[in-house]
Amino acid sequence: MKPSRHVTIVVSLLMVTFLAGSVTLLRHLDAVRSATPLEEVLYISSPKLLRRMSLGYEGLLADVYWTRAIQYFGGHHHQGGQNYALLAPLLEITTALDPHLVVAYEFGANFLAPNPPNGAGMPQEAITMVQQGIAANPDNWKLYYQLGFINYTELKNYSAAADAFERGSRVANAHPVMKVLAARMAQHAGDSQMARALWTTTYNTIHDKQIRANAVAHLRALQSDDTVVALENLALQFRQQTGHFPASFNEMIVSGVLQGVPVDPAGHTYELLPQGKIQLRVPDDLPFAEKGLPPGYKARNRLKSSPEGS
Amino acid sequence: MRRHIAYIASNTFREAVRDRVLYNLIVFALLISGAAILVGQISIDIERLVVINLGLTAISLFGVIIAIFVGIGLVSKEIEKRTLYTVLARPVRRWEFIVGKFFGLAGTLTVNTFFMALGVFAALLYVSQHFQHSDVWVLVALYFIILQFLIVTALALLFSSFSSPLLSAVFAFSLFIIGSFAEDLRGFAAMTQGATRWLATGAAYLVPNLSALNIVSSVAHEQPVSAQLVLFNTAYALVYVGMVLCGAILIFDRRDFK
Amino acid sequence: MAAIEILGLEKTYAVGFWRNRPKQALKPLILSIEEGETFGFLGPNGAGKTTTLKLLMGLIRPTSGQARILGMQIDDLRVKAQIGFLPEQPYFYDYLTARELLSYYAQLSDVPAKTRSADVSGMLERVGLKDSGDVQLRKFSKGMLQRVGIAQAILHNPKVVFLDEPMSGLDPMGRREVRELIEQLKQEGKTVFFSTHILSDAEALCERVAVINQGELKGVGRVADLTSSVSGKVELVWRGADIPAAIKGLGAQGNVIGDTARAIVPEQSQEAALEILRREHLRLISVTPLRTSLEDYFVSKLKPAEVAVGVNR
Repeated sequence: MKPSRHVTIVVSLLMVTFLAGSVTLLRHLDAVRSATPLEEVLYISSPKLLRRMSLGYEGLLADVYWTRAIQYFGGHHHQGGQNYALLAPLLEITTALDPHLVVAYEFGANFLAPNPPNGAGMPQEAITMVQQGIAANPDNWKLYYQLGFINYTELKNYSAAADAFERGSRVANAHPVMKVLAARMAQHAGDSQMARALWTTTYNTIHDKQIRANAVAHLRALQSDDTVVALENLALQFRQQTGHFPASFNEMIVSGVLQGVPVDPAGHTYELLPQGKIQLRVPDDLPFAEKGLPPGYKARNRLKSSPEGS
Repeated sequence: MRRHIAYIASNTFREAVRDRVLYNLIVFALLISGAAILVGQISIDIERLVVINLGLTAISLFGVIIAIFVGIGLVSKEIEKRTLYTVLARPVRRWEFIVGKFFGLAGTLTVNTFFMALGVFAALLYVSQHFQHSDVWVLVALYFIILQFLIVTALALLFSSFSSPLLSAVFAFSLFIIGSFAEDLRGFAAMTQGATRWLATGAAYLVPNLSALNIVSSVAHEQPVSAQLVLFNTAYALVYVGMVLCGAILIFDRRDFK
Repeated sequence: MAAIEILGLEKTYAVGFWRNRPKQALKPLILSIEEGETFGFLGPNGAGKTTTLKLLMGLIRPTSGQARILGMQIDDLRVKAQIGFLPEQPYFYDYLTARELLSYYAQLSDVPAKTRSADVSGMLERVGLKDSGDVQLRKFSKGMLQRVGIAQAILHNPKVVFLDEPMSGLDPMGRREVRELIEQLKQEGKTVFFSTHILSDAEALCERVAVINQGELKGVGRVADLTSSVSGKVELVWRGADIPAAIKGLGAQGNVIGDTARAIVPEQSQEAALEILRREHLRLISVTPLRTSLEDYFVSKLKPAEVAVGVNR
């Protein structure tokens, strides 16, 4: 005699049913709850108090909030969100709990400062956060880099940027690029070469996937901008040679000013307009591009940058 | 017979009372009244906040501790002391025994929570001199805390049916902590790939979703609670408890009591 | 009809860290007990008595075989209503009083609510605990606990009662009381199945006994049959300081305690021995034919090694 087979079967079936039920209900619950657990951060008036209440487990709690921050941003960004109100509080709590979590400051620098939908549009908060990071980690060159980065890309405050790169280059074990950037600032502040150097540095020195993807997008835009300018120059050259603007790229190739049909970093061919103007065929695929935009183009997911965020 | 479940449940309740479990109410009463008086003196406009946060968190923690410490012995103590033999020699089905034990401890915790809730509302009255409309959300938070207790009790009972008290306590407590971060765990699982993703997702769905039942902060800030949340949480708790009890029954049914 | 039919119940445990060493606690057992019988299940410690009882109670599951009680399979719930069980060295919820415990058990045994309280009081009185009904069990002595144990086993008026070592740990008074209770159960026509390693109790109470050792049934029989055969020996007791050599020569075994000598001689030599005593002018006290005792039967069924361990008077 074994335990009653009847009972075993009924109970096993019930258990499986309950399991399936619980999974389904969890999905519904997650949908209902989606933002709520994060909104709790708005109630935490003092991250320092939270730190003291963590009973020694701040590191673990910092990791939890860090995970929530990147998911929050990633999720919203993916859907082209305009509002990242919780990003700053989440990062503030993360860095309050673990002031040495450098990647949190880097994330803040890259995504707090830019305007929506690419960031929270809070460059001042980003600066403050990075400065707190420098205070807690004075020997980490990366934070000086981020300080210079924000000042350069978002606030266009070239002198502050140069100053940050300079200070960072004097830190022990600073990456050699810091000296290069500091030097470049003297001559190339404001031009695309400097921008390219910065984004390349970001791409090379930071491991976070979202930050790197963002850097790649910027680099492609810069490349496209340069290409657009170069192509328009070639069109002028053609005009000088032939007396009229080219009607197609083929004409330019035949005449020898162009080697092949130009393709943008997103894989689309450029459009040649009358008067030798170059335009992007699919501007949405190159966010951050500033040249070759169709007239009156306002991307659904971009706004004109302004020196102060919103 | 369902009467057997009621008899076993009431005996389990009686055991808890005579084991002086309810004395924890005294400690709680001291804690909450001390806090209310302290906060009443300082009065920087956050009295309600402190009373609700402290009160509900204390209720939750006290209850979980009782659920675990009493729950892990529910079955193992009966086996160890052999009081089980004379019960199972009677026309009592093994699953009735498990279900009865569950309801006994669940009932104890509900009664305990009721008295503690009285204490919290008394403290609220003391600091703000009148009840507010938003106090009704405190009741919802209390209801969710009781749902939490049901889940933790069921888990402690499950481990009690096959494991030693020490291990059971460790497992149950671990699941309580992990379950409190269940939403983060699911988010984390979604960010991984490959085999890790399967394992992490599986674990994330099996772990009790206690994070959704923890609305203490938002209630302290007088945020309303959606009816949908109440509905889904209730359904989830019932279904999860059912699943765990089924597991406990299957294990208990198969045991030889040497 | 047969009250208890054990049809090849067997229990093997897998022992060892890797569960690879099987240990057979009970070899396939076949035994049948009639209604109204008082049956003794004898064996040394660790023989398999408790294993058998637990199998019958459904506390452990058999590796093979079945059993029926009152014609029903033992995992049938209706069986449980008809049986009572007293485990070995029982322990009850010590936070309850005797009355509360018995009421709880009465509830679980489906004793009707109307009669419950009267039944419990009656039972307390019957086992001699009338005045201790409202004392917490943690204050009870071992003997009192044993009496509560018997009370809970018979409270719902079962037809078959199973007792595991009911006399263990009791003083002579306690043992006598339990003996009397079992006698009463006999009078009421109940089937009583009890295990013990105290042979004198079995001899006094049981109609039939079985001997089990190392998980195996060694013998079954009626007590009357097993002990009635004349052993062919006679015991002589006389006043004297030693045993005359002539008597020793008859193949006698004997001893002297104080001024009383006793010798056991074969029946055929009885007259010769009496003659020797008369010649020596020794004062005869008694002449008693000896029967085989249950102990002899018991011992004969065990291997020699177990004798030292198990025999207990």
